[in-house]
Amino acid sequence: MSSANSAHSVVEPSLTSKRVAGAIVILYALITLIPLVWIFLTSIKSPPDSISYPPKIVFTPTLEGYCNLLTTRTRQTPEYIASLPAPTGTCDEVTRKRNMVIAGPSNFLPRFVNSLVIAFGSTFLAVLLGTLAAYGFSRFRVPLADDLLFFILSTRMMPPIAVAIPIYLMYRELGLSDTAIGMILLYTAVNVSLAVWLLKGFIDEIPREYEEAAMIDGYTRLQAFRKVVLPQATTGIAATAIFCLIFAWNEYAFAALLTSGEAQTAPPFIPTIIGEGGQDWPAVAAGTTIFLVPILVFTILLRKQLLRGITFGAVRK
Amino acid sequence: MSGRTRRLLLWIAARIGKRTGSPDVSYPQSSGDALTISPTSIVDSAAAATARATPTALARRVRGLSDRAIAWVFIAPAIILLLAINIFPLVWAIYLSFTNYRANRPNAVVETVGIRNYARVLTDPDIWQAMQTTAHFVFWTILLQTVIGFMLAYLIDRKFRGHAFWTTIILIPMMLSPAVVGNFWRFLYEPQIGLFAYAVSLVSGIPTSEIRMLGDVSLAPWAIIIVDTWMWTPYVMLICLAGLRSIPDYIYEAAEVDRASAWRQFWSITVPMALPFIMLAVLFRGIENFKMFDMVTLLTGGGPGSITEVASITLKRAAFESWATGRASAFAIILFVAVFGLANIYVKALNKVKQR
Repeated sequence: MSSANSAHSVVEPSLTSKRVAGAIVILYALITLIPLVWIFLTSIKSPPDSISYPPKIVFTPTLEGYCNLLTTRTRQTPEYIASLPAPTGTCDEVTRKRNMVIAGPSNFLPRFVNSLVIAFGSTFLAVLLGTLAAYGFSRFRVPLADDLLFFILSTRMMPPIAVAIPIYLMYRELGLSDTAIGMILLYTAVNVSLAVWLLKGFIDEIPREYEEAAMIDGYTRLQAFRKVVLPQATTGIAATAIFCLIFAWNEYAFAALLTSGEAQTAPPFIPTIIGEGGQDWPAVAAGTTIFLVPILVFTILLRKQLLRGITFGAVRK
Repeated sequence: MSGRTRRLLLWIAARIGKRTGSPDVSYPQSSGDALTISPTSIVDSAAAATARATPTALARRVRGLSDRAIAWVFIAPAIILLLAINIFPLVWAIYLSFTNYRANRPNAVVETVGIRNYARVLTDPDIWQAMQTTAHFVFWTILLQTVIGFMLAYLIDRKFRGHAFWTTIILIPMMLSPAVVGNFWRFLYEPQIGLFAYAVSLVSGIPTSEIRMLGDVSLAPWAIIIVDTWMWTPYVMLICLAGLRSIPDYIYEAAEVDRASAWRQFWSITVPMALPFIMLAVLFRGIENFKMFDMVTLLTGGGPGSITEVASITLKRAAFESWATGRASAFAIILFVAVFGLANIYVKALNKVKQR
C-alpha cells in the first residue's frame, strides 16, 4: 500500500484503535517473554535462591550456576578446603563456599562445540547442495521435476522417530553412530529438502536474461552461475541458511537417539545436568541461556530475512 | 497430495507475490549492472532483447559442460543424499515392518511375518489410547494457536507505532529449541517453587500445592498444550498476517462506500479472504504436532502414567525400549500414511475454500 494514499484512506485505522491494538500486542509480547526472563534470572541465582518460595525477584546475583555448568566438583571436608592455597578464580571461590572443590571441566563445552560443528557443517552442506539443485531445477528441464520436488519435500512429513529407526540400523552398520559426520549428513538430508524448495523460489525470481546476456559475452554457464546468479540470490541463500541453522541447532529427537557420547549435541545434554539431590536448576538455566543466546542474536539481527523466509517458506511448502 | 496441493500453494504464493512483490531480492538497477562484469558488454537493452530471442540455441554453444550435464551435476548430489538418507531407510522400514526383526538381536534369524505387525498395532488398545492423546493435543493446540494467532495478526495489522519491533519480540519463542525450553518449563511448572503455580495461585487463590501441572492426571495434558501454544502461536500469527496483508485495500474502500459496518467488514471480507492462509497454518501446525516428540518427552516423558503419551513417544518406546523393531516400523508406516491421508483430505477442503 502506498503511504501517500493510506494517510487519507478510508481504511486507515483510527488512532484509538491503533493504541488499543498496540497495548494488547505489547501486553502479549511481555507475557510471553516472562519464561525467557526467568531462565536468565535463574541462571544468576544461587541454588537456594532458585528454589525459594515465593519465587525471588530480588536476589544477589552469582555466577555459581555458570560455574556448576562448566565444572565437575567433589565434596571435601572443611579442614581439607582450609588447607588449600587461596582460590584462583571466581568459580574456585564459589565452589569452596559449598564445601566442594573443582575436579575438572564438565562435558558442557564439548557438547556445545559439537552443536556448533554439526549445525554449521550441516547448514553449509544443505545450502550448497540446495543452491546447486535449486538452480538445476529452476533453469533446466529436468524430467519429472515437479514430482521430484514435491516428493523431496514430503519426506519432511515423516515423524522423526519413524525416520530414526532405519537410520539407527544403517548408522550402526556403517559405523556412523555417535559421530559428527553422521549427524551432519542426517541434518543435511533433512534440511536439503526445504533448502531446494525455498531456493528454487528465490532463483526463479532472477530473470534468466541476466545469465544469458553474460553467456553471449563469452561466459560459460558455470561462470554465469557463479558471477551473475549467486550474487543476486544472496538474500535467499541467507534466509535459507538461517532456517537450516535453526533446525540443526534446536534438533533433539535424532540427537537423543543417535548420539550418546562423543558427538552428543547440547539439547540432549542440557536436561541431564544434575546437582546433588536433583536437578541443578541454576546450572540448567545457565546452559539454557548460553544455548539460546546465539539464536536470540540471530533472530534480532536477521529478522527481515527471517520474516521473509517464514512467510515465503510457509506459503510455498 | 500432489498436483492439487502444488497448484493451491502456488496460487497462494502468487497472491502474496502480487501484493508485496519481492522487496528483499535486490536486482541490479538495470540490466546494465549485470553486464558491467563483462569487458565487451553490448548496449544493455539490446543484449536483453537478444537473450530473450535466442535463449537455448546460444546457451548450447557455450564452452565446457553441456546444459544437460550441468543440470545433472547440480541436481545429483542433493538427490543422492536424499536417496541414501531419506528414501533408502524408508524402503528399509517398509521391509522391516513385515518381519520380526529386533534391533537388539542383530544375529537372530529374521522371519517374514506378513501383516501380523500391522494387525497387532491396529488392535493394540495402548496405541489407540496414544492416538487419542495425540488427537486431544493436536485439536486444542491448533484451536488456541489459531484463535490467539489470528487475533494478534489482526491487531498487528492495525500498524500501530512500533509494530515491527513487537512482532519480532513475539516471534522469539518459536525460534528456540522445544527440547531445551520444554525442559526449563518443568521448573516453571514445579508446584512448590515454580513461577507458573505461583502466578496462578496469586490470581485464583488456589493453593500452589494443588497446581501440580505435570503430576496431576487432569492437568498434565493441558501443561503440554500451554507450552506448545506459547511456542507456536507466533508462527500462526505470521501466516495470518501474510493473509491479512494480501487483502487489497480497494475491497475495504468499496465496503466503506457501501456503508458496511466494521463488524460486517470483518466477517464478510477479512475472515473469508484470510481463510486459505489460516487453513494453511492449521495444516502445518497439525502435521508438526502430530509428530510431536521433543517438547513432550522433556516436559512429562508421557506421564503421569501414560496420560500424555503421544504417538511419537509410544513409537519411541516400541522401537528403542522394547526393541520390537518390526512392530515399531509397522506403526511408523501407519503414522506416515495417516499424516499423508489426513493432509490429503484437508487439502481437498482447502481447495474448496479457495475456489469460493
